[in-house]
Amino acid sequence: MSKRFKSLLTPIIAVLLGIIVGTIIMVVSGYNPVTAFTALWNGSFGDIYYIGEVVRQFTPYILAGLAVAFAFRVGLFNIGVEGQFLVGWLAAVWVGVAFDLPRIIHLPLAVLAAMVAGALWAFIPGLLKARFRVHEVIVTIMMNYVALHVSNYIIKNIITDNKDKTDLVKESATLRSDWLQSITDYSRLHWGIVIAIIGCFVMWFLLERTTRGFELRSVGFNQHAAHYAGMNVNKNIILSMVIAGGFAGLAGAMEGLGTFGYATVKGGFTGVGFDGIAVALLGGNTSLGVFFSAILFGALKVGALNMPLEAGVPNELVDIIIALIVFFVASSYIIRVFLDRISKKEVK
Amino acid sequence: MEYVIEMLNIRKEFNGFVANDNITLQLKKGEIHALLGENGAGKSTLMNVLFGLYQPEAGEIRVKGKPVKISDPNIANDLGIGMVHQHFMLVDTFTVTENIILGREITTAGSIDIKKAEKQVREISERYGLSVDPQAKISDISVGMQQRVEILKTLYRGAEILIFDEPTAVLTPQEIKELIQIMKTLIKEGKSIILITHKLKEIMEVSDRCTVIRKGKGIGTVTVSETNPNELASLMVGREVVFKTEKKEATPKEDVLEITDLTVKDTRGVSAVNGLNLSVKAGEIVGIAGIDGNGQSEFIEAITGLRKAESGSVKLNGKELINQTPRKITESGVGHIPQDRHKHGLVLNFPIGENMVLQTYNKRPFSKNGILNFKEIYKKAKSLISEYDVRTPSEYTLARALSGGNQQKAIIGREVDRNPDLLIAAQPTRGLDVGAIEFIHKRLIEQRDNGKAVLLVSFELDEIMNVSDRIAVIYEGKIVAIVNPKETTEQELGLLMAGSNRKEAGEHSNV
Ligand SMILES: Nc1ncnc2c1ncn2[C@@H]1O[C@H](COP(=O)(O)OP(=O)(O)OP(=O)(O)O)[C@@H](O)[C@H]1O
Ligand SMILES: [Mg+2]
Repeated sequence: MSKRFKSLLTPIIAVLLGIIVGTIIMVVSGYNPVTAFTALWNGSFGDIYYIGEVVRQFTPYILAGLAVAFAFRVGLFNIGVEGQFLVGWLAAVWVGVAFDLPRIIHLPLAVLAAMVAGALWAFIPGLLKARFRVHEVIVTIMMNYVALHVSNYIIKNIITDNKDKTDLVKESATLRSDWLQSITDYSRLHWGIVIAIIGCFVMWFLLERTTRGFELRSVGFNQHAAHYAGMNVNKNIILSMVIAGGFAGLAGAMEGLGTFGYATVKGGFTGVGFDGIAVALLGGNTSLGVFFSAILFGALKVGALNMPLEAGVPNELVDIIIALIVFFVASSYIIRVFLDRISKKEVK
Repeated sequence: MEYVIEMLNIRKEFNGFVANDNITLQLKKGEIHALLGENGAGKSTLMNVLFGLYQPEAGEIRVKGKPVKISDPNIANDLGIGMVHQHFMLVDTFTVTENIILGREITTAGSIDIKKAEKQVREISERYGLSVDPQAKISDISVGMQQRVEILKTLYRGAEILIFDEPTAVLTPQEIKELIQIMKTLIKEGKSIILITHKLKEIMEVSDRCTVIRKGKGIGTVTVSETNPNELASLMVGREVVFKTEKKEATPKEDVLEITDLTVKDTRGVSAVNGLNLSVKAGEIVGIAGIDGNGQSEFIEAITGLRKAESGSVKLNGKELINQTPRKITESGVGHIPQDRHKHGLVLNFPIGENMVLQTYNKRPFSKNGILNFKEIYKKAKSLISEYDVRTPSEYTLARALSGGNQQKAIIGREVDRNPDLLIAAQPTRGLDVGAIEFIHKRLIEQRDNGKAVLLVSFELDEIMNVSDRIAVIYEGKIVAIVNPKETTEQELGLLMAGSNRKEAGEHSNV
């Protein structure tokens, strides 16, 4: 068994194990797993409307996954995607409602604002890590809370007059498309998917094909060797956080300019940023892997909504299945050992 | 005589690359059996097969005459086989005892009985003359001591057969002497030993028989008392090997490197280099001789930009370079073969090809406008690999999968190829076979003859005496003497390295 094949098989087995254990749990708690999984499938791919919704759902997942994966490749654990995502969302909507510009300028400007906001938010933990060796996990978690409360404040007191919700972004800044909606039976599908796919390509190209990526990967694998080779380790640490934050900010723009078209005061985290960690983990921190695992998570999330309706299974059970998949991915070491055993047997 | 271990016609492949091809090794009870072969010949692979880390594709292993299947290291342990790896596998923050009992804890009523374990560890340590403190923390003890902890670990698990993979490569000459003593004690206590080493002197000194492998094939087993280093070397390489490198008289020209009053602190903040002065001229090799821990590492790290210097001046061709970045220093014309190849020299998870351009990836033709040109990178890598005889399945193989010696050759190729004005070589031949050492020494001398300056740091006095044109002795962070290798002796050097002054040392060596 080649290495490549094994690294492909590992997440697939993790997903299967998640489904198997999920089945057992359903049987034990008295639900019919066949109808439940049929409902899950129907609710994600059974209808063009659902397909549109799935795509809409996995668009920010891709970008959030990239935000985790990119930092991880440089050896950093970006737990702050949620915060970077929230400030990106806010910035996009702010630019979207505050200006009146031609579409060709307005939309890119709003998207850019989201990216810059996310990048700046991630710059702080990057800087603290590079300058003072403060662990990025602690700082990014803290920055998540700051992002949540600061953006709530800005929405309530600066963009609106003590309201919980901003206006819709201007036509000229929206990612929504009547055409995309009409061909998917009026789902909320929007143009953001194009940005997400470009994001995947950019991450791959940047890391694998450029001299900058060569440095980032070197720092990720061995900081000492990178330093010896004349690379600026601190600069690359900061840069990786900034780029990761940019991806997270873009994920926010997907919601602010696409799915919702506005920003609201939130009582708690959306979870998109944290799901991004699972997406990156399942995708093996490569851009192609992130793309496919985001599709899976998006489908589970959207399909889950159909399970209570069609099969009477509570929504929470789907969360449990997702959690199980994440669990098995995290313990992929065990799966890999198992695969090694099998391939050894083959040789004999 | 009965064999405790027999490895018969072993074959091991990695994705079609044959690392062991029909190798036979038979270990008698109570002998030290040396395993000799060039870098990448397949020694570590063969031992990993015996220790259950790899499964052979063909061949048979017998322990005390009985055929066995060793499918993982636990089975090897149960069969009484223990291995001291070249890269230690110890938990830094644990004590010696904790490391030793890891996985074999003695418990009374469910909790670890550390006192009892310590007592056992102390007993074993005394019995074999290891003098290890069971309560010391791993991070606080020297490399030599850590190695003894590894030995203790195998003994604690009841090993009868001990495998040592290049144990002396990381040790100072004094530690080597002590290790040899320990091995002799082990034999006296009834153990049997397989010893991998590239140092023929050590084989001649301690081992009874020696099995030679060449490019994955078994060449045969010889009785050490009936052979000599020259024969061993030519068996291993397949041709005659010259031990003393031929070289012309040096023709030193202008100063390339001038160091004045350099002071550097070590990681704990204690002064390690104390006002060091040294110059290296174009067209000469200056060797730094000294006992480990006299500031050599800090000195090299400071002049290559890896560590901050406190004060002083480091000039290259008249240009001040103190506390510049490694990139600036590299680009001013310094090549550096680092002492620790895994920490600094290589990105182990990169293909060997990408490691070949670790400093030059941002230059043409390897990249243009920030975009890498993999065709050029791998073309370069391919030519360096063949020029420096790096044995690797291909240039796309991860650096991690190369044998230790071949990783070193790759680094040397990369550094020499940049043709730097000053080449700094720290322990360049550590872990290399005699053929490769000869090759490296020739390269260093070639650099010199091309009018470049070479600074060589080594714990091997032979190497220092052989290759250098001037020897600078370092003691407590200062250069205490400069001697001419032709006019000095190992004794005089030894005394200077231990801190006695020039005059005394000279008198002693005359006696
Ligand atoms: N895991 C692996 N995958 C692919 N090739 C490998 C692997 N391990 C070893 N090799 C190859 O097998 C050959 C033998 O390697 P091995 O480590 O046994 O050499 P060695 O004799 O111990 O050399 P050295 O003296 O340099 O340590 C080398 O060419 C190496 O590149
Ligand atoms: Mg080896």
